Amino acid sequence: MAGAPLADTPSGLRAWLLSAEPHSRWQARLGRFYLGWRAFSRNPLAMVGLSVVVLLILVAIFADLIAPYSPVVGGDLRTQRLLPPNETFWLGTDDQARDIFSRIIYGSRITLYVIVLVALIATPIGLLVGTVSGYLGGWVDTVLMRITDIFLAFPRLILALAFVAALGPGIENAIIAIAITSWPPYARIARAETLMIRNSDFIAAVKLQGASTPRIILGHVVPLCISSLIVRVTLDMAGIILTAAGLGFLGLGAQPPMPEWGAMVATGRNYLIDQWWVAAMPGLAIFVVSLGFNLLGDGLRDVLDPKAAK
Amino acid sequence: MIRGGGHGSALRSVLKNVAQFIIVLATTLLGLAAVTFFIGRVVPIDPVIAIVGDRAPPQVYERVRMELGLDRPLIEQFAIYLKKAVTGDFGNSVLTTNPVLTDIASAFPATLELATLGTLIGVIIGVPLGVLAAVKRGSFIDQFVRVLGLAGYSIPIFWLGLMGLLIFYAKLGWVAGPGRIDVTYSYLYTPVTNIVLLDTAMQGQWDAFWDAFSHIILPACLLGYFSLAYISRMTRSFMLNELAQEYVIAARVKGLSEMRVIWRHALRNAAVPLITVIALSYANLLEGSVLTETVFAWPGLGQYITNSLQNADMNAVLGGTLVIGAVFVLLNLVSDLLYRLLDPRTR
Amino acid sequence: MTKPLLDVEDLRVRFHLRTGTVEAVRGVSFQLGRERLGIVGESGSGKSQTGRAILGLTPPPGEVTAKRLAFDGIDLLTASRRTLRTLRGGRISMVMQDPKYSLNPVMTIGEQIIEAYQAHAKAGRGEARDKALAMLEAVKMRDPARVFSLYPHEVSGGMGQRAMIAMMLVTDPDLLIADEPTSALDVTVSMEVLRILDELVTERGMGLIFISHDLKLVSSFCDRVLVMYAGRVVEELEAKNLREAQHPYTQGLMRCLPTLVDDVRPLPTLNRDPAWAL
Repeated sequence: MAGAPLADTPSGLRAWLLSAEPHSRWQARLGRFYLGWRAFSRNPLAMVGLSVVVLLILVAIFADLIAPYSPVVGGDLRTQRLLPPNETFWLGTDDQARDIFSRIIYGSRITLYVIVLVALIATPIGLLVGTVSGYLGGWVDTVLMRITDIFLAFPRLILALAFVAALGPGIENAIIAIAITSWPPYARIARAETLMIRNSDFIAAVKLQGASTPRIILGHVVPLCISSLIVRVTLDMAGIILTAAGLGFLGLGAQPPMPEWGAMVATGRNYLIDQWWVAAMPGLAIFVVSLGFNLLGDGLRDVLDPKAAK
Repeated sequence: MIRGGGHGSALRSVLKNVAQFIIVLATTLLGLAAVTFFIGRVVPIDPVIAIVGDRAPPQVYERVRMELGLDRPLIEQFAIYLKKAVTGDFGNSVLTTNPVLTDIASAFPATLELATLGTLIGVIIGVPLGVLAAVKRGSFIDQFVRVLGLAGYSIPIFWLGLMGLLIFYAKLGWVAGPGRIDVTYSYLYTPVTNIVLLDTAMQGQWDAFWDAFSHIILPACLLGYFSLAYISRMTRSFMLNELAQEYVIAARVKGLSEMRVIWRHALRNAAVPLITVIALSYANLLEGSVLTETVFAWPGLGQYITNSLQNADMNAVLGGTLVIGAVFVLLNLVSDLLYRLLDPRTR
Repeated sequence: MTKPLLDVEDLRVRFHLRTGTVEAVRGVSFQLGRERLGIVGESGSGKSQTGRAILGLTPPPGEVTAKRLAFDGIDLLTASRRTLRTLRGGRISMVMQDPKYSLNPVMTIGEQIIEAYQAHAKAGRGEARDKALAMLEAVKMRDPARVFSLYPHEVSGGMGQRAMIAMMLVTDPDLLIADEPTSALDVTVSMEVLRILDELVTERGMGLIFISHDLKLVSSFCDRVLVMYAGRVVEELEAKNLREAQHPYTQGLMRCLPTLVDDVRPLPTLNRDPAWAL
């Protein structure tokens, strides 16, 4: 994209970033990032998504400072159980006289923990399987893709359920189960991208220079797959959050007394009719965070892959 | 150059397609079985102890171990497992002591009923919405469809189900609560297909029918919402693609009414990928039904699996997972087949 | 001259985009009787948009204005949508560039021709089918009955374009706009298609607007030629007088046409004068 001449740029930094002739790779990279950021920030919904995600991270980090009460220790079981939202307990209390607002705040840590770990586990696996499969082709490709297809053949929640059933309930097992069901789509994307660039001239050039296969795959193919993968992973985050919450709802995720949002909704189910806030509030938190990731992912896709934009 | 070749090669290509279909189906199912077999072996609980208890003398332990075939090499165990799976023997449920397959067979129609009704709602509302959103691009309807789709990807289904119960059952009393049919009505008809709506209608038990209907309508609408969020979004996307094509302009050049151009030309082309989307949506609803059935105490396959899970009934869980996985695979392949049938270019 | 078939005066087509307004057609005027008019220009000259504007098919966010845009006395700018639909396909038709894209892929060729016929004639299916088959014969299809039940992707480019001509002429229109009808075909096939077009246009006494980038082709096929550049008509002359072109753009184009006889090196190119775009 030719650098369109912008009307007199006062700040030197902006001019440096937008310069059509960068002097170093870093300048070029930062410049591209800046342009991407400008396109992204022009999209109001994407900015909303970004704010939600940033808010989630901040809340998780500063939970101790934000939450007014303890998430696990309840108040007076005689007088403070199942109170509706009021001035002392902003979102009400649950059946063990715990402040729901504080529990939701601390629950954000669990949510973050889950999605970060799942992303860290599933993405490299998917990337590796996809690029190796796409680059090497032949029977390696067939075998790896068959395996991927088999995992894709299961509905995600059901497979995660089966794994958790086998491994036993608990948040680590839930994370492993979700990660196992998450990598196949990433492998497919990585493979598709690899197939497109496998026969390009620059790969041939590097091969001619004597680069070994692992070096080609890791050094040249993988970086080019990263941007579509980032988009996909972000868009997937909402699904991961919902699956984790679903597992929590079924009692298979974080175990009590951890304030996992899905489990909180399950508790609230018993008091749904008269004390609806116990179930409603944590569910709302799940919704807002998923929505945030979806908006962020949509915004990233519009910037990084405009062909796929609606 | 006209593609010809006579009948011989057409038959050959159909046979080739069928053969490919079967091979893919077989290998995927094989893989599914392998995965569930593997999961079954990952269980930290010793299945022998689960049967004989931890105070059993060593001879009893060994005997049961040999009976279960656990002393044989892993490959042989897998082969046995496979053979049993193919004949439908998933073992017996620890909970009900019935063969797992029987339990699954009685639970499946309930899920089928729910998923079918949900998909119907999704298609009947979703397709026209999507078409409208594409035709009136940028309008309120267009934004509405996008928001609907976005919410559909972000709302936890179990939460929405609970809120639905709260509002429409507890507060407004418009629909019946959890469960499939009130106990009083359940004696008024004989289960034939196990699909309550069909059975009651076929036997003329209209009171029971309406009760069953008021029970199914909320969970069906819940699933229907997620279905229509997905379907309307995809319809819109496909329609936008088609409306930009040259043949649409040509149709207008011919002086056809805009209605005809949209439905007979654009939608007819968009229908090709859309049918596959609908089949996939049906498959997705199977997944959604797990949580929905828990919320609505719906006695379907989803609830069967979660109940078995909470009772550590591994045979049931794995059997159920394998069955759902197989149905999923089947639906995916069917949608592939439908695509080829509908698009004359791929025939 | 009696009432002209098509009367265009100061036609302007503007596209209002987020980044500004683009004027694709900037004041085109001409009149057309039952004759053949060629509109020549490069990509972006506005020739296709002129054709679309006449049919009222300018895509949004386009805006069409003109001092006068009339077909057979009917004012196309103020005509109701229903009137326009009756005219479109019935009295004014358009043959488009690539039959691979301009024919509906999921309808058979016969179905599409029948549809075109039934949109303008109160005819039953049997009569429409006969008409369609007759039309397929008129465009020299070797086995009309077989082509009738074929899908567009099952026929070659030349046959597809002939099917398109059949579809657009089955209603016996008075005016045909041919928008680059042979650009997607290779040379021998396009000669055949042009011959068929030639015959049909002469036989039926239709008016023809032939839009193309190929100056030589247009000059041999048409009676008059309009040369367009940057949305304007820069020259209008009789096809047989092309050598006496006045405008430097047309002269430049004529000079650039390679000939088999001369060996001109370096190959002449066009020196664009920004004044032409004013």
